[in-house]
Amino acid sequence: MSNLSSQAAAQYNNNFLKEVESMVEEGNWVKMCMQCGVCSGSCPSNFQAGWDHPPQEIFMMIRAGKREEVLTSQSMWMCTSCYNCIVRCPRKLPITHIMHGLANYAHRLGLAPKNQPTRHFAKLFWNNCIQTGRVNELKLSLGLYFKDGFKQGIINGLAMKDVALGLLKAKRLNPFELFKAHGCKDQKGIHAMLKKAHEIEDRRKAIKAA
Amino acid sequence: MAVEKKVAAYICQGCGLGERLDTDALVDVVKKEGKIQQVKPHPFLCSTEGVATIQNDIDNDGVTHIMIGACSRRAKTDAFYFPTVAMSRANLREGVIWIRPDTEEARETTQEMAEDYLRMGSAEIKAMRQPEGNPNTGTSKTLLVVGGGITGMTAALEAAKTGYPVVLVEKSGHLGGWAAKLHMRVPSHEPYKAPVDNGVAGMVSAIEADPNIKVYLNATLAKTSGAPGRFQADIATESGSTATEDVGAIVQATGFELYDANKLPELGYGASPNVVDQGGLEQLAREAAERGGPILRPSDGQPVKSVVFVQCAGQRDASGTHLAYCSGHCCNTSIKQAMYFKDANTDIDTTVLYTDLRTPGNGEDFYRSAQEKGVTFTKGKVTSVEPAGNTCKVNFQDMILGDQNASIENADLVVLATGQVPNSGVNIDFKAVEGEEAAAEVEKKTISILNLDYRQGKDVPQLKYGFTDSHFICFPYETRRTGIYTAGPVRRPMDIAQAREDATGATLKAIQALENAAIGSAAHPRSGDLSFPSVRLEGCTQCKRCTVECPFGAIDEDEKRYPLFNESRCRRCGTCMGACPVRVISFENYSVDTVGSQVKAVSIPDEFSEKPRILVLACENDAYPAMDMAAMNRTETSAFVRVVPVRCLGSVNTIWITDALNSGYDGVMLMGCKHGDEYQCHFVKGSELANYRMSKIDDTLKGFNLETDRVQTYEVAITDIDRVPKLINDFEKRMFEIGMSPFKSF
Repeated sequence: MSNLSSQAAAQYNNNFLKEVESMVEEGNWVKMCMQCGVCSGSCPSNFQAGWDHPPQEIFMMIRAGKREEVLTSQSMWMCTSCYNCIVRCPRKLPITHIMHGLANYAHRLGLAPKNQPTRHFAKLFWNNCIQTGRVNELKLSLGLYFKDGFKQGIINGLAMKDVALGLLKAKRLNPFELFKAHGCKDQKGIHAMLKKAHEIEDRRKAIKAA
Repeated sequence: MAVEKKVAAYICQGCGLGERLDTDALVDVVKKEGKIQQVKPHPFLCSTEGVATIQNDIDNDGVTHIMIGACSRRAKTDAFYFPTVAMSRANLREGVIWIRPDTEEARETTQEMAEDYLRMGSAEIKAMRQPEGNPNTGTSKTLLVVGGGITGMTAALEAAKTGYPVVLVEKSGHLGGWAAKLHMRVPSHEPYKAPVDNGVAGMVSAIEADPNIKVYLNATLAKTSGAPGRFQADIATESGSTATEDVGAIVQATGFELYDANKLPELGYGASPNVVDQGGLEQLAREAAERGGPILRPSDGQPVKSVVFVQCAGQRDASGTHLAYCSGHCCNTSIKQAMYFKDANTDIDTTVLYTDLRTPGNGEDFYRSAQEKGVTFTKGKVTSVEPAGNTCKVNFQDMILGDQNASIENADLVVLATGQVPNSGVNIDFKAVEGEEAAAEVEKKTISILNLDYRQGKDVPQLKYGFTDSHFICFPYETRRTGIYTAGPVRRPMDIAQAREDATGATLKAIQALENAAIGSAAHPRSGDLSFPSVRLEGCTQCKRCTVECPFGAIDEDEKRYPLFNESRCRRCGTCMGACPVRVISFENYSVDTVGSQVKAVSIPDEFSEKPRILVLACENDAYPAMDMAAMNRTETSAFVRVVPVRCLGSVNTIWITDALNSGYDGVMLMGCKHGDEYQCHFVKGSELANYRMSKIDDTLKGFNLETDRVQTYEVAITDIDRVPKLINDFEKRMFEIGMSPFKSF
């Protein structure tokens, strides 16, 4: 009970809003929302179960200081980057970018929902891609099939076998990629570039946080 | 008039009139039935040559009265402008050929229609005289401004700049009103980003420097008598002496008070000094500015770290306890006040709790600027404010997140946006609304502002919520007292920018009023009209209906209790003429006779001809132009209607209806404007009074043994272009259903 009331006391002050402004990409836009709800009305994936809170509500929650609820929410992970909201927002908020910024921030803090499919896929894709500088489609899809365990992986794989055979026949799928993936020309260069980018990013975030 | 009356008629053949109508027959009708000897047909009457023919007859042939059978009286007014003679216009174009089909079978009824309109025009012109102008002119060109706030000062300065002397009466000891109490004000110019100086000092020094403006401070109006051009204002000053000023017109700019926050104990007002209204915050901000420090918490003098603005406190209240309306300025004002804090220190939490943020003018930019500065806007309805120690807890329902029990704790300061209550003086119609709206927040004000010496009451009438009556749709500055204009928040809730605009508009109207009064012509809405009501006192029965019903308080009573007309207060609507049961009130060019003789001039075919006659008395401001426009669209309308335009439905005397029914008309349609709280009547009460009078006509009809459907009243707007012909055609159909009037053969 005491915990609840102390949390309530923290609400509707600007601490979380200020945190978002400094830590989240495009977070300085959140204060400009005028709560018209056009973004929520325009969102084509808003009817999906994962959307706990439409963008308008997310912005209000940030202003209301609901840090925990916002950062653990699935909502911003549901964004498909269709940009409908950005096009329509009368206040010109880059809503899609704010959604991704929030997701990224929650991910960095380790608050993002653990088995969120979008997050899982994003991680899989990234890790797959940075190895050789090219996405290995076979490994990526297998990784997705076996997301929920070996048995489920076999089931998922069998369910897709016709598609896989079709691709095989049409020479769009090379099973040997599983053992030797072909990469881009300068893999070392890619890795060095990514390392440097990480450094810059970390430095920037650290300065902001300080 | 020593000059002998000579009547001439002109019949135009242009615009297809010559082809559609038999002009020779028309000339015959005017000569034989209209009894006008001089009748001239012309192929193109509004041409230079045609107009010259008429002017020549006036100049060289001694013609004093002309009847023009051509287009609607609303058309070609520049060509047919003969101010020295009396004129009537028979509407053959819009009234006849444009609303009838051009077919062989329609030819007979179309011709009959045209002939009737010429008979009517001939009858009307004979009953008319050219108005000579109001002899009771007042010549004062001084403007009296009541109230020395932003509105009053603007009015005074604008009038003085235009060259009119001004008397400015202010009840307090200094000029500036509410604006002087403001630390800063909402910007009214680019870039709409930050509060600006309230601007009062500059205006006060401009007024003090202006020799044309005479200021009375600590003064009130003890009595206001007279009429436009010759008002007398008795100004009671602090010393107890009374100064009398002759003025030509009055601008009432008495402003507003904040709605009393003591009526909002649930919002913590009174329970803690840290809950203030918007006026209270301005005071704190001014004190802080004088001190050169931050705004302090009243309870213990510590700097404010968080402040909550409660919008719509005691406003937009549907329960009937508080103000029912939105005061329009408060959202911008709260945004401005939040900036006082944010501009001084961005770490101060400022939250505006609103249900709908309304930022008129360029407030949207101002709102955006506040968001950029970090003011937080939360959509929520405040349920209560609980003061605790030096802070307050604000409980509200978050309308976005759906949280019924949201709250903001530790608010150092809570500001209530309580809204504007007009300083409009005595509600002279108070008794009339007592029952139904007793629960409403509008309380009876007992202190009069103008202390008018009018039989109708001491102040200008009010419309809703205590705001002074103004013709909201068309003529916002007009009150129901001619020559007295209200401006600023006494008229409707508004902010400074709007008040200044309002003041300028009202001042121009006031100048118009006093200039018109000086030449004896009406200012509004019949501007330039020189006619004025005259009364044949020998016939007057002192029934007082004219004095009571005049919407503008133009008619007083003399010591013998006869009506006493103050012509320059009169708007020439003729409501008195419509009211008079003995028909002794008339205008030179508009009287019981001018319309009555038209009604009687129409030829009524016998009962078996299957040609009914329907009289339409149409308001010349709305219904008649609507018909003209329908005619421009060539909308087919019944051939059996005969339309007579009237100045206002209020001027319709029931004798016209009785006469019409007696002489065999089958039905009478009255078309006036919308009435009630959202009235559109140019004369405010005219159409309402007409409706009231017509509600009693059923008895008359029953007395005649006639169906009550035969007389109908309609509310018609100028935009009802498609509806009016339909109303007429439906009415015609109904007349055929009921059958012809049995009075035709008598």
